[in-house]
Amino acid sequence: MDLMKDWELVIGLEVHIQLATNSKIFSGAATAFGAEPNTQACAVDLGMPGVLPVLNKEAVRMAVQFGLAVDAEVNRKSVFARKNYFYPDLPKGYQISQFELPIVGRGHVDIVQKDGTIKRVGVTRAHLEEDAGKSLHEDFHGMSGIDLNRASTPLLEIVSEPDLRSAEEAVAYLKTIHGLVRYLEICDGNMAEGSMRCDANVSVRRRGEEKFGTRCEIKNVNSFRFVEKAINYEAERQIREILAGNSIRQETRLYDSTKNETRSMRSKEEANDYRYFPDPDLLPLVIDDEYIAGVKAGLPELPAAKRERFIGQYGLSNYDATVLTGSKELAAAYETLVGLVGKEPKICANWLSQELAGYLNKENLEITESKVSMEQLAALVGRILDGTISGRGGKEVLEALWAGEAEVDGIIEAKGLKQMSDTGALEAIIDQVLAGATAQVEQYRGGKTGLFGFFVGQVMKLSKGQANPGQVNDILKKKLEG
Amino acid sequence: MSLGSEEVKKIAHLARIAIDDANIPAYATNLNNILALVEQMNAVDTSSVEPMAHPLNVSQRLREDRVTEPNQRELFQGLAPKTEAGLYLVPKVIE
Repeated sequence: MDLMKDWELVIGLEVHIQLATNSKIFSGAATAFGAEPNTQACAVDLGMPGVLPVLNKEAVRMAVQFGLAVDAEVNRKSVFARKNYFYPDLPKGYQISQFELPIVGRGHVDIVQKDGTIKRVGVTRAHLEEDAGKSLHEDFHGMSGIDLNRASTPLLEIVSEPDLRSAEEAVAYLKTIHGLVRYLEICDGNMAEGSMRCDANVSVRRRGEEKFGTRCEIKNVNSFRFVEKAINYEAERQIREILAGNSIRQETRLYDSTKNETRSMRSKEEANDYRYFPDPDLLPLVIDDEYIAGVKAGLPELPAAKRERFIGQYGLSNYDATVLTGSKELAAAYETLVGLVGKEPKICANWLSQELAGYLNKENLEITESKVSMEQLAALVGRILDGTISGRGGKEVLEALWAGEAEVDGIIEAKGLKQMSDTGALEAIIDQVLAGATAQVEQYRGGKTGLFGFFVGQVMKLSKGQANPGQVNDILKKKLEG
Repeated sequence: MSLGSEEVKKIAHLARIAIDDANIPAYATNLNNILALVEQMNAVDTSSVEPMAHPLNVSQRLREDRVTEPNQRELFQGLAPKTEAGLYLVPKVIE
């Protein structure tokens, strides 16, 4: 957009991830998604008088895993605090969170941009807290319905530095966090079910300006696409306000995905005053070096390390390596494929991350739901590498495999995709082409070597696309220059 | 620091406590007395003292991540003034 040319965006994200524990952060109630309303809300979650919260060991371990994965300081002592506000889906009148002493301190994540360059984004902190319940505002005779199943589900709130400079970077950061928590298996990353949620702090400033502009916080941006759209909408709105001579009000805005706009929820003056204070029901959380070392020893290979390994071990570009290590499952599929094919890891990468991914994206499927197995794809790539079929033939085979056919060689046979690799037959076709194009042959020999493609095209046409292109090149060159 | 009647009203609102305007000066006096006491304590040099998050000098015990609570919706909803379709019904609040 033209308007943005002279302006720079400054974005920081707050990402909430639901930790994949079996039970709640402070109670023994289940956390399963989609249960009947209020069947997983116990006395502690409801804030009944006399109950006491007891911290879930696994939630602590997951938070520490995340901290180590973003190279952050893991605080040996952290404190739970009460964040006070009134809302019907918050039964106690406060949310147990962490304020002054969070479990995870300053860290960073590296995001890979489209051009393959890496940008380091600061993580300010990550803290443990409990989720609230859900309010359903459909009409219950003029009342709201409250489902407290989600109340006290463990959350890790990950706060970034205002280091992001475009909506695209914000999405890249969010995807990196998404990939990371799925590698760690601490969150299923399902944004549609609310397991991962995102608020964006957005401000704009003229390029070259050092001072940050006044920021607005956009709530409720719960898909990668909406993050991008909401940020761009909001930045444009702010620029237009400033150009019109108005100032930006610090406020919280809600993103409406159906209208693609943000609208004001509350201004700073109306902002909540949360009156944080240490929760007397919970003692300080203390963890020692030995515990942290134990968690560290159990970490899986993380995306950044895997990406470096793929570049070194398979000779992939930074971009290909990034795409393939974007999810644990895709990386595993790639390594299975390379193992089965046994060579040409770069070609394997293309068939997986471009050709097969094209079909997956079209039907919005994950690699684990692919209709073509790695065994089938390996057989296909093998037939290209041994010269049986061309790359174009390979695409036809893939189409047939995706449509449900099982066997690569059978498809090649049935569709007549086998390349003509018989030198004698190829030579006959090439001779025929050259004999019918004497003028072009003269021109070629006179130095117009650009005509080579013309001859290849004619040969392919005459062989109905079945000639092996590599062999055609060799024989043609010999005959034209001989 | 001294609280005026506006601050008293704001504090009451945050706590969702209804107060009688006539009592505001008395509340302000009481709160100011408490703040004065805090001010007095501020005179003590605590620069070498680690802030306490809890009066007990022990650390949090952790529980195993096991589901131990059965579904007791009927019991809990028996206490609620209004329920429907498994939900607690409350006056409509839309932010």
